Amino acid sequence: MSPEGLSKPEYQVPQEMQNQVALTTLDRLYNWSRKNSVWPMMFGLACCAIEMIAAAASRYDLARFGMEVMRPSPRQSDVMLVSGTVTKKMIPQIVRLYNQMPEPKYVIAMGACATSGGPFKEGYNVVAGVDKFIPVDVYIPGCPPTPQALLHGLMTLQKKIEGQSLKEVSWYQKGPGEPIPVPVLGPDLIDMRKAAVIRENSQPVADA
Amino acid sequence: MTEATLVNPLETLVEHFPSGWVKKDDRPGYSGFIVEREHLLDFARAMRDDFGFDYLSMVTASDYLAEGIFDVVYYAYKTIGGPALVFKVQVPREDAVVPSLVALYPGADFQERELWDLMGIRFEGHPDLRRILMWEGFEGHPLRKDWKEPFYEEDVKPFKSRWPEGKPIHADDRNPFNDNVQYPTGFDPERWVPEAETLLYSGLQQTAHYEEFKTDELIVNMGPQHPSTHGVFRMVVSLQGEKIVDLKPVMGYLHRNHEKIGERNTFLQNMPFTDRLDYTTSMSNNFAYALAVEKLMGLQVPERAEYIRVIMAELTRIMNHFFATGFLLNDLGVYFTASLYAIEERELILDIFEEVSGSRMMCNYFRFGGVVRDVSDEVLKKIHNLIYDRIPRKLDQFDAYLTNNEILRTRCEGVGVLTADQAIALSTAGPILRASGVPYDVRRADPYSIYDRLDFDVVTGIHGDIYDRYLVRVGEIKESIKIIKQLLRDIPGGPILAGKPAYQVRVPAGESYGRVEGPKGELGFYIVSSGKPNPERYHVRAPTFINLTSLAPMSRGEKVADVVVILGAIDIVLGEVDR
Amino acid sequence: MKNFGKRFGVMSSLGVTMGHFFDTYIVDLVKGRKRYWTPEGIEARRQADTEGIFTIQYPEEQLPVPEEFRVLPFLVYDEGENGEKNLRCTACGICAKVCPPQCIWIYRATDPVTGKPSPHPAEFHIDMDICMNCGFCAEYCPFDAIKMDHDFELASYTRGESHLYGLDKLMKPVSYYESIRPVNASREAAARAEKARPKA
Ligand code: SF4
Ligand code: SF4
Ligand code: SF4
Repeated sequence: MSPEGLSKPEYQVPQEMQNQVALTTLDRLYNWSRKNSVWPMMFGLACCAIEMIAAAASRYDLARFGMEVMRPSPRQSDVMLVSGTVTKKMIPQIVRLYNQMPEPKYVIAMGACATSGGPFKEGYNVVAGVDKFIPVDVYIPGCPPTPQALLHGLMTLQKKIEGQSLKEVSWYQKGPGEPIPVPVLGPDLIDMRKAAVIRENSQPVADA
Repeated sequence: MTEATLVNPLETLVEHFPSGWVKKDDRPGYSGFIVEREHLLDFARAMRDDFGFDYLSMVTASDYLAEGIFDVVYYAYKTIGGPALVFKVQVPREDAVVPSLVALYPGADFQERELWDLMGIRFEGHPDLRRILMWEGFEGHPLRKDWKEPFYEEDVKPFKSRWPEGKPIHADDRNPFNDNVQYPTGFDPERWVPEAETLLYSGLQQTAHYEEFKTDELIVNMGPQHPSTHGVFRMVVSLQGEKIVDLKPVMGYLHRNHEKIGERNTFLQNMPFTDRLDYTTSMSNNFAYALAVEKLMGLQVPERAEYIRVIMAELTRIMNHFFATGFLLNDLGVYFTASLYAIEERELILDIFEEVSGSRMMCNYFRFGGVVRDVSDEVLKKIHNLIYDRIPRKLDQFDAYLTNNEILRTRCEGVGVLTADQAIALSTAGPILRASGVPYDVRRADPYSIYDRLDFDVVTGIHGDIYDRYLVRVGEIKESIKIIKQLLRDIPGGPILAGKPAYQVRVPAGESYGRVEGPKGELGFYIVSSGKPNPERYHVRAPTFINLTSLAPMSRGEKVADVVVILGAIDIVLGEVDR
Repeated sequence: MKNFGKRFGVMSSLGVTMGHFFDTYIVDLVKGRKRYWTPEGIEARRQADTEGIFTIQYPEEQLPVPEEFRVLPFLVYDEGENGEKNLRCTACGICAKVCPPQCIWIYRATDPVTGKPSPHPAEFHIDMDICMNCGFCAEYCPFDAIKMDHDFELASYTRGESHLYGLDKLMKPVSYYESIRPVNASREAAARAEKARPKA
């Protein structure tokens, strides 16, 4: 952020001190530092992951945004780029990874597949959007989104981070956050939060 | 014709066996032989040993619901080149059991497992018949024609609900669970006990050796989220100290139901889906699919289109090999430097693809009978500049950078060795097969398009180790440059598409198998048409899926750090492995 | 250099990386400031002879997309004299039939007087979450009515209804189409004129 952007509380700094003093709010400083060091998780799913690699490589260079530090471990990462088709076989791992990420954590659904299943939506092994299981902050349409579109998505995420306030963010509230129950692989994917609905709908009609 | 004296010719094949064992497949549009189930093993052994068909390229099946039979289809080749031997076994749907060919052709391993998983055909005598793409416990065998997925709408596209009275309904809203799921009646999620993968773990080889260390065997799971596995791939490794005792690949984490969707699509609609198979080489995928359909339709591709096709396919090969080599170095621990250099070259090639096709990766550029749009002179000039100037220069740089680097050599030489016999038996293809010294390249062995007119060498290695695979890839880039130079010199003018662009094509009934030498190996499409607008059966012979069969034999006895490199040298892409 | 490399492989490798490192400075010094932030500079950085820094500083710089570039489809309308928007689409349904993931829904309008189908779409929806950007709809539309857009800056915080584009979001003027795809537009205009001539 430019110095002007950083020191913009509604307080006029006297002319003679403007070169020595910068005023800011804690929120602004906090968000400014956060948004310039968003570390993505090194985690690729499908075709979109190749474009993610391309975005990290020399032509588009994520390092300009402080995002070049791809972490293979969820414990050290801030944003999960869901880059590709989420399959039923894979979603338990994705939820587990998400649960393991420390707050504050963000999720970007990159491409049509991660958003809703995309062209493969009708497939029997495809989850119709990763947001069925984990909360998504930014959706990037496209199949695949070009590296520039991905960068635009990341900047959209930065804007979101900028808008957050220390007072409201969930990770400074009392009590630990609830982990998301990991779905189970049964005869089909079982979302444990929907167990009651599943039981009800799969009972033979005569039973009910 | 020394060949004829060594092995038996195909014409007399039926007489070679007692009557009733084998008969010609005389359905119109079909080819090959139908073998009795009881005699399949004897037949296959004779084919391998007496007829010289040492390379079982593809195993698949198609479901003929109306007739109530499964056709299990085998495509075998000779590694010295020549056309395919097609043989089939017909089994009734209720009693779908076929003898396994794994003992004769170990390369059939994963393909038979896939057929068990998706079609429910049981292969008797298979050493490890588990599901491969779906998980154990999944309900049903999805590729059977009478199996319907949760978002099932109609048998074939286009769906009637789209026009003229199309009201957008999300597929989720039509499902009682508001999701892409379905359960058997009476299913209770709370009483479900998930499968603990006992079969997987108990299938790992136990050891008696290395007893001097007095260590316990350790089982390590690598993946599906692991930076070294090139995507969502998982390996279960049992270790004795640092030595690998056994390894089992687990896949299916990116199984996107390509074939099920492909059988619902019309022929043309499959074209953009093929882009998403091996998403780094979409042009080659387009090529193979177009070939398969054109074979059925009997289309003749105009000369200019052929040239454009081959230029694009070879550019894809250059791009892929750069990428693969770069990432091989990544796996060796050269964090990113080599792959960044490689990606730079790749970006320049992608610029060309974007300009001709509109998309960097999902080119969707081929049509039946040609290509979608012409290549302008500016683009040809750009390709010219790349091929004559930049890529050779950068390749020399790459050479100076890597080829004699002592660290690379010590890590790669003698690691992951596959002998020629093993490589053939395991049905590996592409650089892996050639690095083992088998000069088998579809472009030469069974030329398609205009490859028979081009001058290039088949690059082979000697030792069959990772270093040779690297050298083969670098050598193939050089050959591709040579090919493109010839093409740029000779490219004629003229039309780029046979006939008019049409969104519905008439494909006569029959079966066909179109294959190309993709950058990763033999990529083939097996298509059965019943004369309708959509294929009856649509199967992809994915090179990297079958190449993975060789991962376990190559890794046994190696160090655990090397398995990452061995995998990297196979150059897998999960979109193709899992489809 | 070659022989040197044979014996001192690692040194040769280090030489290559070092060369890359110095290149980034040397090229900047030689080419000067116009290498950055100018369209020519961006163009020069994607030529076959480019060396040195390769990065395109998106968002300040943007790599220009080629004419054929495709993201999402949109519907072209001709601007009438009184500012009315005449959609070219005749609701023929070809795009909906050819669309591989079947993400186009067209509701054909009926003529209020006769009750017969009239050649206009009453509703036209494309689900952007499913569209695979394949370009088939644009390729096979016989009326040049649906075309592929170049705009890729589409990231959003929500999906669902907002990603189900209706006519309001899909309609774009023909002038816009001509601006993003001049060559195609003029070729198609010429072809249409050619077709109209014998009749007149
Ligand atoms: S959105 Fe398209 S490019 Fe991305 S993973 Fe899905 S199919 Fe592949
Ligand atoms: S093909 Fe063209 S004219 Fe026909 S419905 Fe689609 S957009 Fe309209
Ligand atoms: S671009 Fe392809 S997927 Fe998207 S609406 Fe058009 S035809 Fe359908």
